[in-house]
Parts: sequence; C-alpha cells; structure tokens
Amino acid sequence: MSTFTPSRPPDSLTKNVTPIDAGAHVVGAAFLGETGALALADGMIILRDEAGGQRAAPAHPDGAILVFANDSERLITGGDDGRVVATDAGGESHELGDEKGKWIDAAAVSSDGAIAWSAGKSVKARDAKGRVREWKPPSSVRGLAFAPKGYRLAIAHNNGASLWFPNTDAAPEALEWKGSHIDATWAPGGRFVVTSMQENQLHGWTLPDKQHMRMSGYPAKTRSLSWSHDGLWLATSGADAVIVWPFQGEKGPMGKPPRECGVRPAKVAQVAFHPKALVIAAGYDDGCILLCRMTDGSELLVRAPDSDGGAISALAWDRSGRHLLFGARGGAAGWLSLPV
Amino acid sequence: MPEKIPVTVLTGYLGAGKTTLLNRILTEPHGKKFAVIVNEFGEIGIDNDLVVDADEEVFEMNNGCICCTVRGDLIRIIEGLMKRKGKFDAIIVETTGLADPAPVAQTFFVDQDVQDVTRLDAVVTVVDSKWLKDRLKDAPEAKNQIAFADVIILNKTDLVTEAELKDVEAQIRAINPYARLHKTQRSAVSIADVMDRNAFDLDRILDIEPAFLEEGHHHHHDEEMQSVAIQIPGDVDPDKFMPWVQELTQREGPNILRSKGILAFKGEPKRFVFQGVHMILDGDLQRDWKSGEKRESKIVFIGRKLDRKALEQGFMACAA
Repeated sequence: MSTFTPSRPPDSLTKNVTPIDAGAHVVGAAFLGETGALALADGMIILRDEAGGQRAAPAHPDGAILVFANDSERLITGGDDGRVVATDAGGESHELGDEKGKWIDAAAVSSDGAIAWSAGKSVKARDAKGRVREWKPPSSVRGLAFAPKGYRLAIAHNNGASLWFPNTDAAPEALEWKGSHIDATWAPGGRFVVTSMQENQLHGWTLPDKQHMRMSGYPAKTRSLSWSHDGLWLATSGADAVIVWPFQGEKGPMGKPPRECGVRPAKVAQVAFHPKALVIAAGYDDGCILLCRMTDGSELLVRAPDSDGGAISALAWDRSGRHLLFGARGGAAGWLSLPV
Repeated sequence: MPEKIPVTVLTGYLGAGKTTLLNRILTEPHGKKFAVIVNEFGEIGIDNDLVVDADEEVFEMNNGCICCTVRGDLIRIIEGLMKRKGKFDAIIVETTGLADPAPVAQTFFVDQDVQDVTRLDAVVTVVDSKWLKDRLKDAPEAKNQIAFADVIILNKTDLVTEAELKDVEAQIRAINPYARLHKTQRSAVSIADVMDRNAFDLDRILDIEPAFLEEGHHHHHDEEMQSVAIQIPGDVDPDKFMPWVQELTQREGPNILRSKGILAFKGEPKRFVFQGVHMILDGDLQRDWKSGEKRESKIVFIGRKLDRKALEQGFMACAA
C-alpha cells in the first residue's frame, strides 16, 4: 500500500511504478481479481500480486501467445500452437480449444462465462457449460466481441461484420461495409458495434437499425479501443493523440467531432479507460505512458519515453481503478499504484 | 530503428521446382534461421522449425485504387511472427503456382505495420525450362510471375536441348530483361544467388547493358508483355517527373506490373530511387551520388500493352 499523500496532484507518477522484467513481448495485460497477469509472446503468463509476489504459468509451452481476452477470473490466451487456454489467478491452466496447430487469430470472453476464438476461416463459441458451436466466416477473422448481454458474438471480417447467436441455427446477421475489418468492440449499452479497418479508419453500426458510422482521419491503423465506464465515450489509438469519440446519443458520434487528449509527437498504441472516472491511460509507440483526464485535459506521466524498449503493447486497470498494469514490445512491464 | 527483416517471395508455376528450391535454401549450412510462410500446410515436407500456414486471402484496399490488392493473411502472419523477433533472421513466402505476385508484393508497400518491420528483398521465380513455353501461352499467371521477378531460376535445364534452352531464355528476356537469371537442374543454386539480394535496392538496373536489351528484343517479342527502359543522360526536374509518373501509374496502373527507377534530381546530391507495383509507388532519396559516378536518370516499366513512344516522350519531357 502506498502511504504517499500529496498535498496537490503530482505531475509525475513514475515513482509509483514498480518495474517488472517480463523478458518477452507483452501481448496482453489483465487483472484477475487483484492479481495482475501479463501474457507474453514466449508462451508464458506472469502472475503478480500487489506485494510483488510473482509466479509464471507456462500456458503455451511450445508456442507464442498471439491473442488474449479476460474476465475477472480467467485470462484466455490463444497461441501459435493452435491452443486456447484459460489461466486463473492461481496459475492453473486449462485447455479449452485445440485447432491442431492453426494460429489462434482472435479471442473474446462474455460476461456469463462463454468464450470465443477464431482460427483461419473458423469461429468457435464455447458456452459456460462447455458446448462448442462453429461458424464459417467468409474470410479469416481477427476481431471478436461478445454483446454486453446475451450470448451473441460480433465477428469482424472482410466487407463487414456478422452478429451471431451461437445457440441458434439461424444465419448470422450481416453488417456490410466494404473493406477489411480488423478488431471489433461492442458498446457497453449494446447499441453500437465498432470495428477498426485496414484503411486507417473505424466503422460502426447502430443496432438494431444498422445505420453506418464512419470515423476516419487516422494516420495509422487503430488497434486499441476502450469504452469509458459509462459507455458514453470510445477511446482509440492510431494517432498522435488519444482520439475519443462521443457515443451519447442515438446516432453515436455522427455529426460530432471527436475529442483529443494526450497530444504528443508519438503515436498512441494502447488506450485503457479508467473503470470509474473519465481518465484514459495512453501508451505510446515510444514507450511513454500518460494518464489523461478528459474533464480538464490534465496529464500525468506514468512512464517516460524509452525508445529501446519499443511500443507499449498492453495496458489494463484493476477493477478499483487504483492499479494500472502495462507492458511493452521489448519485454519491459510495470505496475502503477495510484497514491491514495 | 532496428534492422528490418528481409523477405524473399518465392513464386513459380506448379511443378517448376519451388519446393525443391525452398528445401535447398533451408538445408544449406548457412546458420540462418528462417520463418517460412507456405500455402497448403503439411502437403510437402518442409524442413524448418517455423512454418506458417497461409490462406492466400487477397482483398482489395478500399482506397479508390482498383488494382490495389493485398494479402490479408500475410499482414496477420507477419504481425504474429514479429512477436517472435530474434527467433529468425529472414522470412520466405512461398506462393501457390497459380498466384499473382502483385498482391504479395503490394502488401509490403501498402501496409504500414508490415513496412515498419520488414523489407521485400526479392521476388524469386522458378520456371520449368521444358514447360514454360506452353505455360506462357495458356497461363497468364506464369507470365506475371516472370514479369515480377528480380531473380529467375530457369530450372530443369537437363530436360531440354541447348537450342530449346536458348529459345526459352530469349522468351523470358522478352518479358523481363532485368532479372538475374540462373540456369539450374533440381533447383541447385547457391543461397547467395536468391537470398539477401537487396534486389529492391535497384542498383542493378543501372548496370544493364542497353545493347543486351536491344538484342533481346530483336530476337524475341512477346506480344502482350513488354519492358521499356528509358534513360536521360543527366538530371530530371522533380516538379515535372513526380506529377507525370503519378498520373501515368494512376491511369496505366492496371497494365504496369512493375516500375523501377533511379533518378538524379536537379540540385539534389542524393539519388532518388523508386519502385512500384501497379498503381503503388514508393520512392525515397537514398545515398549520395559518388564522386566520379555519372549523374543519370533511368526508369524501367514492365507491363502489358505499354506505349513505348508515349512513355519515352513523357519521361524525356521531365529532363531538367
């Protein structure tokens, strides 16, 4: 526990960061309850508690972790060994899927314990009871997102996205938009599905009326998307600032300009909204991390630029919003505990 | 910036000897580690630790450029491979015999994330001495693969007579006079002849003897596919050249398979080097012109139905 009680907010939080040597490209970060988890490209998962107790779980001993998803209890990882593995805070791993060596391209977790993954032209959903259903998409899939409520999966692919009820035999509902769609996210309120695209833009659809939302102007691909706790804002990477789209009304951000924060001469690579406040953690491709408060644009430094360590590749808040876990491509990582 | 990983693209019609060449590269005692991206995983034994299954998913970029197709699976695979950085020194992409090389090559120009971490080293095309003649008649892919090549492995030379070999070589030269050509049996070439060619550095195109080009064209003529090389013995004006080449590739892009050039821009101490695939152009100022090196400007186009006269007039008008 930190005992540091500043009389005014500090400009820098770098002293509140405990460095972690992850030793490999950090693919993902998550909190399983109060345990921080880092998924690594060497197939390992590092589990760490606030006191610094650390252990490693060899989730993919013969491969690299390519994708991850998590709820508050399990970290789901997909590897280039073709396996889908669930690991808990105690470091216990269970194999939930095996695609016989085919790379796992995407993973998602639903609020009710279901998971989904894709490998080539196959999407599989596994409900909490372990029943697996498969859908063959028109192209390979890199983005999966469950609806906030109900057993329904958004699947990003070429020329649009599909909304699939894995428990029914009905054909998935098509959301069409020409081009290659990469990542997918579903708004917490359920009304919007948004994808990132190969062409440096986002595309969204309102539900159920399927109105299009085009969000463009990025200099690079958006690969990190994060909803605010109230579901009214979507923070995105891909520019020299965090681009935050307003989703207050029925029409989402249409006709409204996005907000920008954390403007720096480096590209934002990862974004993570604080779970309780309108504060965004932004990780840049030069290794810098800032906290940006949307209400007044104020910024706090979490990590100074570190060009040798590579881009920030993972960011995650714990549920209380007091701890931020991060990792970089070069294998550096860290744990920020906010002063109380 | 860390060094970019070189990528070698291996093309060639079915049965020409691609996989033999691949296995030869992999088993030679070079101490290098390769990541190999192949189609049809496991069909033929590939002797390598890191073999990745590709789907050859070609999609059109939604950017108003009709022939701008890329390989989506390659973008995804390279992103995944880069997580294993340090585990391999180079990437080899083997395409299927029927594949058009354009989307593969364009992937390395169009996708910024791919471009940040890799460089296209060379397109290597393996052709069958005996059957190429027939394939050129009935398979447009075979012609594309030759047009795209930086290195051509003319394989199975033991199955043809010397006269036949001369003839097939002339046919290749009529389409692509610029590629390095190696005559082989059982794809036996030295790895140095196909890997780390830096073929896309393009220095080589200045070395080509105009006389040789002329000769090639006298003896053989491919009605459909041609190459046009034009030289200005001095500087060009970038304010004239850039709009011209952009407009040209926008208009003629579907017909222009490859374009390359090394240019002396007026008042610029560095050489401007560019290359293109269809409508996509990628150019940059590279090293200084060396003292004693003649400042000259040369461009090459390989494509279908090229209007030699118009190209010559257009380029010549860019002279400074």
